Amino acid sequence: MKELSLNILDITENSVKAGATLTEISIIENGDTLTIVIKDDGCGMSDEILKTVENPFYTTRITRKVGLGIPLLKMAAEQTGGSVKIVSNTNVATHGTTVTANFFKNHLDFTPLGDIKETIVTLIQGHPDTDFLFIHQTQLGEVKLDTRELRAVLEGVPLDTYEVIVWIKEYLNEQYQLLDNR
Amino acid sequence: MKSLAELQAIKDKMKDKVVIREGVSTTRVVVGMATCGIAAGARPVLSAFVEAVNEGGLAQTVTVSQTGCVGLCQYEPIVEVYEAGKEKVTYVKMTADKAKEVVEKHLKGGKVVTEYTVANCE
Ligand SMILES: Nc1ncnc2c1ncn2[C@@H]1O[C@H](COP(=O)(O)OP(=O)(O)OP(=O)(O)O)[C@@H](O)[C@H]1O
Ligand SMILES: [Mg+2]
Repeated sequence: MKELSLNILDITENSVKAGATLTEISIIENGDTLTIVIKDDGCGMSDEILKTVENPFYTTRITRKVGLGIPLLKMAAEQTGGSVKIVSNTNVATHGTTVTANFFKNHLDFTPLGDIKETIVTLIQGHPDTDFLFIHQTQLGEVKLDTRELRAVLEGVPLDTYEVIVWIKEYLNEQYQLLDNR
Repeated sequence: MKSLAELQAIKDKMKDKVVIREGVSTTRVVVGMATCGIAAGARPVLSAFVEAVNEGGLAQTVTVSQTGCVGLCQYEPIVEVYEAGKEKVTYVKMTADKAKEVVEKHLKGGKVVTEYTVANCE
């Protein structure tokens, strides 16, 4: 992937596919580290599936097609000296998955974050009935968007209404400008 | 500053329209957004379709949606156009510029842009 924001889009699609009602996407930048956390309340993965997902090329069983999403994220993190950790749970009461990826920004092979605003807008446009909580923390401050708050204001008007999508785009643009000007 | 009050104004404006819109769409544009599609550049293609369809006044009849892997990874980004009563058209190796062209010529003009279709790809 050319941008980490594309990995974020791809990994979050897994959460939506797993039936998540809320997916929290956090980006935390601190010194030379960047951490991405994608936490969902979807169906979760069994330990067995989790093992094959983390090591798709070492599994001897071919019970499912080999996915590329998580291996690509792992590669992007590990090539900077970072790592990916996945915690998942299929318990009826507490099901969900948390993917945490650590990156070292100063490493030569660090992939830039790219257009994270487009990723958030694309997710909302494609999955207007699912909620997303997006938080991007840097040392300057943070940008935050919670679709539950927008949904409360919209009272039934779908989040993928074009006027709403444009509003979200402009809102994120403004939030990032404020951050940059601090 | 963008405010929630502004969003509220959008809601008030859209509230009545929503009911009307449902069930009227006759054309569906579907963009493949699996890992292979995203890696090949599907995100800007999707965004170009959403913008061109809405800015071009086609929102009443055309919906733009996302799907998973279509199974033709080497041709990504892939876009399928479904029109009522017509055969599906599959566009391959799309870009944002090609997307705008498809909206103009195909969705508005009714003429399939054959040079970007799968049949013309080999
Ligand atoms: N958040 C999640 N919740 C539940 N299952 C998940 C989650 N993320 C991944 N999985 C499981 O792990 C598998 C592998 O994910 P991965 O993204 O690597 O590939 P994929 O989604 O199957 O295919 P693609 O290459 O199109 O991404 C998924 O098919 C799914 O079964
Ligand atoms: Mg995936």
